Amino acid sequence: MEKLEFSQVGERMYKEKLPNGLTVFVFPKPEFQKGYAFFATNYGGMDMHFCLDGEWHDTPAGVAHFLEHKMFDTKEGNALQDLAANGASPNAFTSSAITGYYFESTEKFEENLRILLSFVSVPWFTPESVDKEQGIIGQEIGMIEDDPEWKVFMNLMAALYQNHPIRVSVAGSVESISHITADTLYACHKAFYDPANMVLCVAGPVEAEHICQVAKEILPKEAGPIAAKDYGPQESTRAAKALVEEKMEVSTPIFQLGYKGDALPQGEERLRSQLVGELALEVLLGNSSPLYAKLYRQGLINRNFSYGCESYPGCFFLCAGGESKDPEAVREAIAQEAGRIGRDGVDGKLWERVKKGVYGNKVRGLNSFENLCVGQAQAFFAGYDFLDFAALFASITKKEAEEMIVSWVTQERTALSVVRPKEG
Amino acid sequence: MSQVTRRELFPGVWLRAVHTDKFKSAYLSLTLLCPLDKDTAGPNALIPAVLRRGTAVHPDMESLSAALDELYGGAIEPVVRKKGETQCVGFVASFLDDAYTLKGEKILESAAALLGEILLNPYTQDGCFCPDYTAGEKQNLIDRIRSQINDKRTYATQRLVQEMCQYEAFGVDKLGSEESVAAVTPQSLWQRYQQLLRQAAVEVYYCGSADADRVEAALRSALAPLENGGERSVPDCQVRLTAGPEPLMATEELDVTQGKLALGFRTGGQTCWEESYPALTMMNAIFGGTTLSKLFLNVREKLSLCYYASSSLEKQKGLVLVSSGIEFEKFDTAKNEILAQLDAIRRGEIEPWELEGARRTLIGGHLATLDDQGRQEEFWLGQAVAGLDTTIEELCAQFETVTAEQVAQSAQKLELDTIYFLKGKEG
Repeated sequence: MEKLEFSQVGERMYKEKLPNGLTVFVFPKPEFQKGYAFFATNYGGMDMHFCLDGEWHDTPAGVAHFLEHKMFDTKEGNALQDLAANGASPNAFTSSAITGYYFESTEKFEENLRILLSFVSVPWFTPESVDKEQGIIGQEIGMIEDDPEWKVFMNLMAALYQNHPIRVSVAGSVESISHITADTLYACHKAFYDPANMVLCVAGPVEAEHICQVAKEILPKEAGPIAAKDYGPQESTRAAKALVEEKMEVSTPIFQLGYKGDALPQGEERLRSQLVGELALEVLLGNSSPLYAKLYRQGLINRNFSYGCESYPGCFFLCAGGESKDPEAVREAIAQEAGRIGRDGVDGKLWERVKKGVYGNKVRGLNSFENLCVGQAQAFFAGYDFLDFAALFASITKKEAEEMIVSWVTQERTALSVVRPKEG
Repeated sequence: MSQVTRRELFPGVWLRAVHTDKFKSAYLSLTLLCPLDKDTAGPNALIPAVLRRGTAVHPDMESLSAALDELYGGAIEPVVRKKGETQCVGFVASFLDDAYTLKGEKILESAAALLGEILLNPYTQDGCFCPDYTAGEKQNLIDRIRSQINDKRTYATQRLVQEMCQYEAFGVDKLGSEESVAAVTPQSLWQRYQQLLRQAAVEVYYCGSADADRVEAALRSALAPLENGGERSVPDCQVRLTAGPEPLMATEELDVTQGKLALGFRTGGQTCWEESYPALTMMNAIFGGTTLSKLFLNVREKLSLCYYASSSLEKQKGLVLVSSGIEFEKFDTAKNEILAQLDAIRRGEIEPWELEGARRTLIGGHLATLDDQGRQEEFWLGQAVAGLDTTIEELCAQFETVTAEQVAQSAQKLELDTIYFLKGKEG
């Protein structure tokens, strides 16, 4: 078992790769009441085209999410209720890149961990239960399609990307999920739920050795084959469309702006670009940037304005959005500010201040076991350790952020998605 | 282990300090406790938002953000909450704990000073709040009040409470009414602000690695002007013991596809001040408080009558509020089934797994509060408003001994007071 110290942020992480290929990470937290376990597979909504045992498969949109819903079914009943009866709060989510199952509990942690590992690794689907779930997920899809925040983001993805599967809704559509059968689910479980394609992250008053022992007992003994994924040809850096608009039941227009970046390699370079992206956003349009204050004063943005930088295999972009009476004016103001930074550079004092602020926020975020465990799972699949940020952070230069702003915040890389109120 | 202390900084200004090393951040909050009132709720809610726009030293958001960045990206957010019939307005702040600064800087003192500056030394024009900030935040608050209708689930519960408590302070929303906000002028808001600084009881909370003496010293210095206030008193909460002879029925029509049915019960005087409180809490958990509850498992899962169905407890006011999403035509069936589930509890039809499941969930949830600075702050603020000193650990010990019979007795005291139904527009 490997022990990694991140003394600068007061963290210690144990790492062990089990004989069946599963990698386990443990953050011991003896002073806490609760334990948190996150069990995830490197399989999400965008993994629709893959190759297993030499054969290529095309699956409908929404399988990963559908599978997540159905995994809680067990031969004996439902794992959600078993966990709740033990006082645990269980849940799961599917993103474009991963599917994760987790629980938090202050009592019977080991028993709950056994339940978690068991229901995720043992599939149990029947045609009847799949039929019933099609109705339930169909309703969920109806609900999210009514959600303007979701809509404005999905429209942005479709505007930024020509064909990358990030454009596809994780839940799929009512039509796409109608093609899902129990056989599809078994096949995808086999392709992606092998321990070698998964990660287990635990934080809490636990012992690392013990966690690994439980995982060895419950999970399959040997590693199986892992599916190879395909996201289609590499995209150009040009946004597919500059503007997408739609009308919905909203009281003021909401918008999302996207800046298409260069796709990233695996490993530390990816973490570095992610950090540069976060800092670039802060100096360009973040809470303490001159532009933010100006836009807020002009009433062009309000406290709902938020921004982030997102990376998935084959795609990486900056985005910012919220409510605005004039989203185009926000886009223009950001473009102008990027131009100004290109000419004058970022103010040195602002850079130092923002760097301090972002660092402090990241360290404060480590209070959350969820953030720590989900962050490490995602980082592991991307080829680095989540807590590496602490040591790397100091070396990020102002020049890197300026270069990213100048080369990414350009007209041809920008897409704007707006949801406007219905008239009358 | 953490150590919890309570001290009076100045008359009517109290500090609750939790001393612990387990977090990366220090958490600081400051709350003015105001009586919930329809005329003042709007202006009160506006005050922290306007204060957060700028101070005499940092006159705009840009310079305030810069000051926060220097404190390693600290956050000071305006917040408005409702606890019983007390409107809690103030700020919650989170800073990097001193142990993790890159050059060993001490942050607590500067953070406390900045919080004090925002509360006590605002940016002014002509001796009162500046018209620009006041107008901007008025609009933001009005937008927020208007957008409450967007989330129909919360809206339904809010409307239920409004109908049920129309003659009680509890019926007033924490953000106040649009009209009372629209009527605010920089001058009227300034007067209200001065009044609050003199009269409101003040509750300060700290959780982090600094010991109570250091925290007290930092806050005494940061909040020194609060020493000279008037009589500061914690507002009361009126508890109605019984419902009317017939439940009140309120129906509303909106352009929605899913109906919302909300039921409000009086607890017959069972509140957080009574010995029966642990039993009442367990009763609510078994009825509709968890995913193992009767409402969740029977009304939602087994009978598929609702998209969701849950209950919540207003511990000071003595209310149990049921919230559910239904198809319009299922109104009667769903209502009858919700009441049937309550009757089952009244008859003592509680399976051992239901009782134990509720107990474990409640205890687990309470203990997990100790691992979260924000949730702990919320708990202690509630205790401060209620004038209670019971700790989380003590409450957990009380839940351990609640019996099925006590749960049934608690349910027997519930009286249905008001039914609220949100349905689609005809045609």
